[in-house]
Formats: sequence, C-alpha cells, structure tokens
Amino acid sequence: MTEKRPIVHQNPWRKLRQFTDARIGLGRAGISLPTQELLKFQLAHAQAIDAVHCPLDVGQLQADLAAAGVVARPEDVLSLASAAPDRATYLQRPDLGRALSPSSGERLSVHAPAVGEGPDLAIVIVDGLSSRAVQSNAAPMVARLITDLDAEHGEWRLAPLTVVEQGRVAIGDDIGARLRARAVLVLIGERPGLSSPDSLGAYLTWKPCIGRKDADRNCVSNIRPAGLDYANASQRLLYLIRESFRRKLSGVALKDRTEEVVIDSTIESKNFLTRD
Amino acid sequence: MSHPYRYQLGTRTWSFRNLGDVLAKATPARSGDRLAGVAASSAEERVVAQMCLADIPLKRFLNEALVPYESDEVTRLILDGHDAQAFAPVSHLTVGGFRNWLLSDHATPAVLKALRPGLTPEMVAAVSKLMRNQDLILVARKCEVVTGFRNTIGLPGRLSTRLQPNHPTDDVAGIAASILDGLLYGNGDAVIGINPATDNVSQTIKLLRMMDEVIRKYEIPTQSCVLTHVTNTLEAIEQGAPVDLVFQSIGGTEATNRSFGFDLATLSEAREAALSLNRRTVGNNVMYFETGQGSALSANAHHGIDQQTCEARAYAVARTFAPLLVNTVVGFIGPEYLFDGKEIIRAGLEDHFCGKLLGLPMGCDICYTNHAEADQNDMDNLLTLLGVAGCTFIMGIPGSDDIMLNYQTTSFHDALYARRVLGLRPAPEFEQWLTRMRIFDDAERFEPNTALPDAFGLALRGIPGRTGHD
Repeated sequence: MTEKRPIVHQNPWRKLRQFTDARIGLGRAGISLPTQELLKFQLAHAQAIDAVHCPLDVGQLQADLAAAGVVARPEDVLSLASAAPDRATYLQRPDLGRALSPSSGERLSVHAPAVGEGPDLAIVIVDGLSSRAVQSNAAPMVARLITDLDAEHGEWRLAPLTVVEQGRVAIGDDIGARLRARAVLVLIGERPGLSSPDSLGAYLTWKPCIGRKDADRNCVSNIRPAGLDYANASQRLLYLIRESFRRKLSGVALKDRTEEVVIDSTIESKNFLTRD
Repeated sequence: MSHPYRYQLGTRTWSFRNLGDVLAKATPARSGDRLAGVAASSAEERVVAQMCLADIPLKRFLNEALVPYESDEVTRLILDGHDAQAFAPVSHLTVGGFRNWLLSDHATPAVLKALRPGLTPEMVAAVSKLMRNQDLILVARKCEVVTGFRNTIGLPGRLSTRLQPNHPTDDVAGIAASILDGLLYGNGDAVIGINPATDNVSQTIKLLRMMDEVIRKYEIPTQSCVLTHVTNTLEAIEQGAPVDLVFQSIGGTEATNRSFGFDLATLSEAREAALSLNRRTVGNNVMYFETGQGSALSANAHHGIDQQTCEARAYAVARTFAPLLVNTVVGFIGPEYLFDGKEIIRAGLEDHFCGKLLGLPMGCDICYTNHAEADQNDMDNLLTLLGVAGCTFIMGIPGSDDIMLNYQTTSFHDALYARRVLGLRPAPEFEQWLTRMRIFDDAERFEPNTALPDAFGLALRGIPGRTGHD
C-alpha cells in the first residue's frame, strides 16, 4: 500500500451547516456517500416510513386524552374509521379516506342533535399520513387548545371528540355535517418529511359539508415540539376560530395575519458567497 | 357507433368505448388510472387493449381528438400545428408498426429529428404503451435535443444537473450554503433553481438577485431560475429583476392549465419578456417547464384520459415555447398516482421517451415521497436507466433530502455516480469552468478537489467554526 490518501474525504465547508439543516458537507468515499451519512439517511427514512405505516394506537390515544383532562373517560372519545379498509387502499384511494365507513356513520348519528342548534366546534383527530404525529402530539395539542378556549370565552359548545383511522382532511366535513357543527377542526398527521416525521396539521372549516374544497379551509402546519409548539399553535388556531365565527367563513378569504411577514424587496440578497 | 373499437381474441370479442378508452386500458398498470376509473379491469384486458391499439393507424389520431377541439386550446395547438409533410415517412403505419419502425435502423437520429413536427403527443403516448422499458431507453437514446442559454445542454455523452438549494424560510445564507455545496460537487449546469418557500414577487426578486450575484461574481456559465408562478416572473421582469429563465408547471389540457392559473397566451407573453432581457450568450431557450403524470386528474381536468397520455399532451405545450429544460417530477405527486418504485420507474422512462421523441430537452426529477412504496434503491435504478437513455438533466440536492418540499430526489453524489459509471460529462462550458476553478481535480474521473478551491476559500474566511468535520 503506497496510497496515502484518506479513504473518506471530509468537506472543509461543513461548518456552513450553521446556516441550514440541509445535508451539506457530507464528505465522500470515492465520489459516494460515506457509510456514516448513508446510515443517518436510512434511519431518517425508516422513521418516516414507520410514521406512515405504523397503525395509530387508538386505545392509547383515548387514554392519553383522558389523562390530559380533555375527556372524563377514555371511551368518551368516539373511535371511527373511514371507508378505506387498510393502509394500502388508503394510500391509493384518497376518496375513500374522505368518507366514513357505514358502521362509523351509524355510530356517529347517535350523537347528532335531533333538533335545535348543533355544537359550535367539532374537533376531529385523524391519523392521516403520520400516526406518530397524532400519537405524540394530538393529546397535548387538544388539551392546550381547550384550556385556551375555556379561558377566553367559556361558552364554546363542543361536539363529542372523535378519532378517525385511515382518514383524510375532508373526512372532517362528513363528521362535522353529521354532527351539525358550525365549524370543524381537523388535527391530522402530515406527510412525513425526512427530518420531520411527527408533524401535525390543523385544518379549520366553517360550515362543514361534503364537497368543501381546500380553498375553504385554513391550515396551521408543522405542529410538533421541534416545529410550531402547542402554545403558539393554539394561539394561531384561537385567532382563526375567533375570526371564522365573527365573519362566518373560512379559507382564502380568512387570512392568518398572525404569521404575516412584511417582505421588503430591498432585503439584503448579499451573503457569504457574494460579500466583497 | 357505440363500441367502434373491438378486438377478437379466440371466441371472445372485446370492445372499447372510444380511442381514449383503448389508450387508457392499454396503459401499464398504475394507481392514478385506477383512481380515475379508466384502467383495464384485468391483466388480460390490458394486453387485449394493447393488441387493439397496435392495429390502429397513426392517422386516426389526427381525426379523433381525445379532448374536444372546440373546448381545449391544447388540442387545437396539437392539431393545428401538425406538419403533414414531416409525418409522411410514418403516415402509413399502425401504432404497432410504428414501434417496429422506431426500433429499426431506419429511425436514425437525423430521421427522428425531422419527424418531430409530424408527431402528436397522442401518437407518441400510444406507441410508448406497447414498448418495454428497454425499448423506451433504446429509442430515447437516439433522440438528440440540444438547447442553450449560457451553456449548451443536451449534447451526446453529457448529463446536466439542476442545483436545487431550497430552504424552508428562503434564508439567503442557507441557500448560499447549499449552492456552494452543489458547485463544489460539480453540480448546477442545467440551472440553479430555487423553489421559494414564500411565493410572491418581492421574494422572487430577492432570490433572483442573490443568484445573479453569485453567477456573476464567480463567472459561472449557467443560468438561474426561481420556480414561482409565471405571472410573478412577469411582474419581476417589469420591476427590473435579473430573470434568466421563466418557470411554469404545465399540464396537458386547457382546464389543467387554467387550474394552474395561466393559458398559452400567458406563456407567450412571458417568453417574449424574458427574451427581451437579452441575458443569454449561447442560445435562445428561456423557458423552464415542469410536468408530472397525475396533474390533470388532480385538477379534475383529465377528460377521462389516462394520466400518461395527458402528460404527453403537456409536451405539446412545452415544445411550442422552445424551452431550455423540461422536467418531469415523476414521483412527487404521491402513491395515489404512482404507487411504488416499479410504477415510478416506468413513468420516468415513458416521460423521458415521449418528451425526447417530441423534441424536448427532457430531464427527470427522480424522486419519491415518504408515503410511496419506494426508496433510494428504486431511485438508483431509475437514475441508471435514465443515464443510459440519455436523459438531459437530473436534480441535485444536498444528501437527497429537500428540507423545504419534504421529499427525496437525487443528490450531488448521485450525479457523480452516474457520471463515473456511464462516462457522462457536464455541459462543455460548465466543465471548463469546473476545471478552471479547480473544483474538479481530475475532470476525466469527475473527482472533486480535496482542497477548497481558492475562490471559495475567501468566501469561507471569517465564518466561525472549524473547517474540518465536526
């Protein structure tokens, strides 16, 4: 062996990782990914896959919601399922994930008010594309939101809390309509990213009914401890709920001004690459 | 005329509602066509539809529009722009005969080039449905499509890369860090193209300025693009922004494009505006289009046509505007359209073939989302196959992980792999720059310099932190 060159070449610009979470400066073995970086990627991908495919533990979630004081007993959280019978079908048939299974529909109809006004808000927890996001974030998020709702108004009439397996966002329209709720808030596991397998999304829809479009909803995204924390997410949701009830609408006409950033086109485009 | 398309197999007669039905049922299986309810209901019906399709004359596609001429400007574009003289060499053929002809030595690169204006997307989609993956590769490899802006894209034996330095908050230092990482791995000759996190005009202008400054300071023979809506780019041009390429996502029906918020007139206007800036040095191609199977269905604008045929129709839109680059973002849309690695790989090869045969500088975002049944091995397979097929360009992103769009595409390392195993070089002007800047130590072996090239050492000076590995 006369070769003195190292087998893995490190990148001297790796310190630029202070500016971005992107996988820069990985180094190379020949021209390929070094083993350590390869395995880091594989782990992140494995976690994202598991987030999609591991089924939601509904019993555990019901227990967590009771323990968090959201409901008196675990069974007070209604467990429902969409018309998609399994994960493989769910992934290929978004239409089935938007509708309740017939038996779930029947079960829910028992809880619909026969006469008089329906509840103000139906909170619907849906596994979506990341059971992990729901398993770890739904209970603390709902607990925080209900505490904040109570503190500011006290008069909110909430529909029974529901948990749906194999559901898409629009299943909230079906549930909200059956419960005759004035608005529905869907908390759902978002499509997992490599560095964010546990991201929860929240979608608010005024006057839910089958056929509502994405443009009719307002979304608060990336709810997780390392992203938007529960307290801040709750503040955003509270703002949207308040405005939605005041203006009797949701969607594009109801902009979330809590996160509006004024962008100035004179903002510095200079950076370390172009500084003189 | 209730079932004009019939096929007799043994004692059984199979019938199909119309030409679109034959095409849809002849399409290799994929989830999007099942979702749309247009797929064959059995494996046997699929092959019978392929047999029926093989007997249909190519001329039929000129007489039977899949989407009505009166109500769809893409159909009008296709039929009004058809060149009968260019079509003459294959006008007597059936779809099955056309496959044989394409594979034969009659179809040389020069003959295929002359044929382009005589082909419609539907003819090309039709023949692709009868072709195996190796057929798609072999014929695509014979199609030479060369374009230029500040460098020359698509020469034989070359593979270009789009450097995609996305950042979740568009932070300029974060973007610059990914750009530098990419350049130092020899990436970015197709374009340095950012998907903005905040999609508005002022943000677009800021990012355009940022990239323009980098390209000018380091004299990089490449072009930049912010992948924002065409109307934002038009407004940026009016405000004096340094726009190289105009971006737009396009689809194969008028209704799809309307759902994207533009029509053909918008694209014409934007192209004229970009040309008027005279920022190009090598060629006149100023458009960058992205496509992907499933976009028409997703916009509920597919007219009962299968997703691969809709996709090919988008290429008729693209070729009207002489793009520098067309990118099929093959695995981005999700498993309800392309379920797994097998379907993604097939679609990538189909799109590349159809685009090339129609004369487009076809690249591919070889990618998948975490809810698709796909992984890095599937992407390695597709990358290798497309490299062999002569794909014009691929994406390049740090470590395959797009931290803004939350999906996985090819990395800077992946491009070097394809270069090394297939001997594919970057665009010539960019290759010279890589050598001049001492980014590549050994351009023949695509070996990056182990030391930091001088020009970039200066940029890193003053940034705290050790220069080595942490």
